Amino acid sequence: MTDPGKPSLTPEELEARVEGRKGLTAKQRGQLPKIFWKEQDAADRVHNIREVPFAYTAIEARAEAVRCLTCKNEPCVTGCPVAVDVPGFLKLVAEGDFRGAIRLIKETNLLPAICGRVCPQESQCQENCMVAKVHKDLGFAVSVGKIEAFLADWEREEGGVELPAVGAPTGKRVAIIGAGPSGLTCAGDLRRLGHEAVIFEAFHKAGGVLVYGIPEFRLPKDIVEAEVDNLRQMGVAFEFDTVIGQTMTVDDLFDDGFDAVYVATGAGLPYFVNVPGEDLNGVYSANEYLTRANLMGAYRFPEEDTPVLRRDNVAVLGGGNVAMDAARTALRLGAKNVFLVYRRSRDEMPARLEEVHHAEEEGVQFRMLSAPVEILSTDKGWVRALKIQKCELGEPDEKGRRRPLPIEGAYEELPVEIVIEAIGNGPNPLIPKTTAGLTTTRHGTLVVDEATMMTTRKGVFAGGDIVAGASTVILAMGHGRKAAAAIDAYLKNESAQPAAFDAT
Amino acid sequence: MFQILVKRALGENVTLFEVEAPRVARRHRAGQFVMLRPHAHSERIPLTIADVDRDRGSITLVVQAVGKTTFEMTERFFEGDSFSNVAGPLGNPTHIALPGKPEDFRGTVACVAGGIGAAPMLPIARAFREAGHEVVTILGARRKDLLVFEDRLGSASSELLVCTDDGSCGQKGFVTDVLKGLIESRRAAGGDVDLAIAIGPPIMMKFCSKTTQPFGVPTLVSLNTIMVDGTGMCGGCRVMVDGAAKYVCVDGPEFDGHHVDFDGMMRRQAMYRPEEIASLERYRENDPSCHLQPAVEAAVAEAEEAARPAAEGTTR
Repeated sequence: MTDPGKPSLTPEELEARVEGRKGLTAKQRGQLPKIFWKEQDAADRVHNIREVPFAYTAIEARAEAVRCLTCKNEPCVTGCPVAVDVPGFLKLVAEGDFRGAIRLIKETNLLPAICGRVCPQESQCQENCMVAKVHKDLGFAVSVGKIEAFLADWEREEGGVELPAVGAPTGKRVAIIGAGPSGLTCAGDLRRLGHEAVIFEAFHKAGGVLVYGIPEFRLPKDIVEAEVDNLRQMGVAFEFDTVIGQTMTVDDLFDDGFDAVYVATGAGLPYFVNVPGEDLNGVYSANEYLTRANLMGAYRFPEEDTPVLRRDNVAVLGGGNVAMDAARTALRLGAKNVFLVYRRSRDEMPARLEEVHHAEEEGVQFRMLSAPVEILSTDKGWVRALKIQKCELGEPDEKGRRRPLPIEGAYEELPVEIVIEAIGNGPNPLIPKTTAGLTTTRHGTLVVDEATMMTTRKGVFAGGDIVAGASTVILAMGHGRKAAAAIDAYLKNESAQPAAFDAT
Repeated sequence: MFQILVKRALGENVTLFEVEAPRVARRHRAGQFVMLRPHAHSERIPLTIADVDRDRGSITLVVQAVGKTTFEMTERFFEGDSFSNVAGPLGNPTHIALPGKPEDFRGTVACVAGGIGAAPMLPIARAFREAGHEVVTILGARRKDLLVFEDRLGSASSELLVCTDDGSCGQKGFVTDVLKGLIESRRAAGGDVDLAIAIGPPIMMKFCSKTTQPFGVPTLVSLNTIMVDGTGMCGGCRVMVDGAAKYVCVDGPEFDGHHVDFDGMMRRQAMYRPEEIASLERYRENDPSCHLQPAVEAAVAEAEEAARPAAEGTTR
């Protein structure tokens, strides 16, 4: 766990570490104190929507990078879904070669400013960091994510962004459905390969979950806009207000002369727990709550026209990043008591450690081992309370998480006026429903050939949450990258075959 | 994109917009809607498509000013201006068939339109007529000057029956009275009403459904609940149908009126009432010179004491 409360080194100490880095043995590097970044004070930040952690300064980033042991077997690279050369870029950072470092990252990851902020590093690159193993504490891993974010911010604000070179025009056109992380990545790569890339987006803005879901305090929207703008400069075209499946179909796209299609429509369909009282006034899906607050700017109501309910007492159901985002957004919208209700225990929560830590610091009240059983109503049909049943942990389920078992008769009522359900999202059915030749799994995700991301229909590729189910931004980007390479191969040699559907 | 080609006042606070939206026009089928965001700070509101002109690449929307967004559209947007965003067509098209009847059976459809529900009814009435069915349209409003689309509906229907609450035009009475009379007279003459479709304020659709239920006449209602995205992402539009939550945007907008929980729907429609009033009042304060100020005040007063909830942008 990171502990931003710890003081950083003095400027002199930081300088000394960076200057003396060459004389350090691996063992000595592994023993160097971690450089903690500063953060907005919890009491202040719940009253604004600004980003919580402050970026490393240049000298802090260099001093932190010095801690990397440059292990031979590179466990951090293995942990990264897109295999960013972590030791390679850390070495360049330590030397102060920020330009070289950002170039190296961008060879495999087009959106480092975003990944540095929203990747679950502790279960990816930082999970297997040898420095953490030396200290027997995951919190001591080299802060790969924070350094990555620093580099991307440095490039954007000081260094000047170097756009990847656009390939010589191939005359081939690719339609990309959905302007989320997967679609954006795929489009960028296709431009590098010289193909025309047109992104069709249902909303009025690009970014997908980066703009409707993840709040400003975790991922500032000007960063997303800058990345989207870079893609525009690379020649990626955007068509907003276009709901593929309704405004046009996939067949229309082929009829209009597109040579291939990449479906990246995400997991936008919210699940509800299915307990009595979910139609009461004051019950939201996290998708709706966050979309109102983020994309539609309801936190600025009435300057922005879209409202969102503001009440003193809020319950959020779930234990993932979306639940943390909703709970922390509720605090920023003025709630006095925000309860996070989760059926299992803290250890099973899928959220990033940093988000759990931030939520707790900000005063979110965790109600672990609690299953929602009913939402209780006022006589006017508004939420009055959430009835929960206490649970204990039983045997692990198929995913290895211990199953919560309700304890008979152990009920509690949380007095709340808003209930936000953040228990997960399913794949959006619009494309599978309106496109002939696509096959879905029983979860509603699209069947693809894992090597090429091609669906069961020739020329139609898919990736991100529409294939993986609700997953991570980085995995969606990895799919986008893999698909772009496969689309390139397909366009050069259209003999590639669609995915075979194995019903098992 | 989304330029206003024609803007015309149809009645008190009711405005027709013909908007350039070629892709929506090309794909539109009766019963579908668009999500419209007038400008960069606006809400996204659902509006049912009243008509399309594929040659001009335009769609027609009829908007009743009830809240800030719709007043703004009415007062601040003119021919030649453009709306920021129009996405659609969304929702399922009306199924142009008579429930429980053989496919080749041609029967009678009662299209019951309340207030500006007349506008979204037009393509539906037309589609049933084109399919060879008899279409009897019942058009009702509180007063004569609140009747819209009388001519267009008249030419789209086999027969048009008009009624007003105060008797200022057509028969004096509610659409439910006329609907009941129609079913009874058809049955007395050995005929029937094979399907009723009701579009209008929630309370009107509720009572139309109650009227047809004892007769066993299948009844469709077209719902217009509060939405954010209109594509199934937020669930804000959900309504209970036969005890199960349905999304109006992707499961609807049309449902079996005999199974819709109208009371729950009206309660949810009123969820942002205080915010809607605050927003409208703020808009009015910011624009003291507005020549429509009395109308805004009247709308605020009406909203405050409204017996029947109506969300912003209610056109159905």
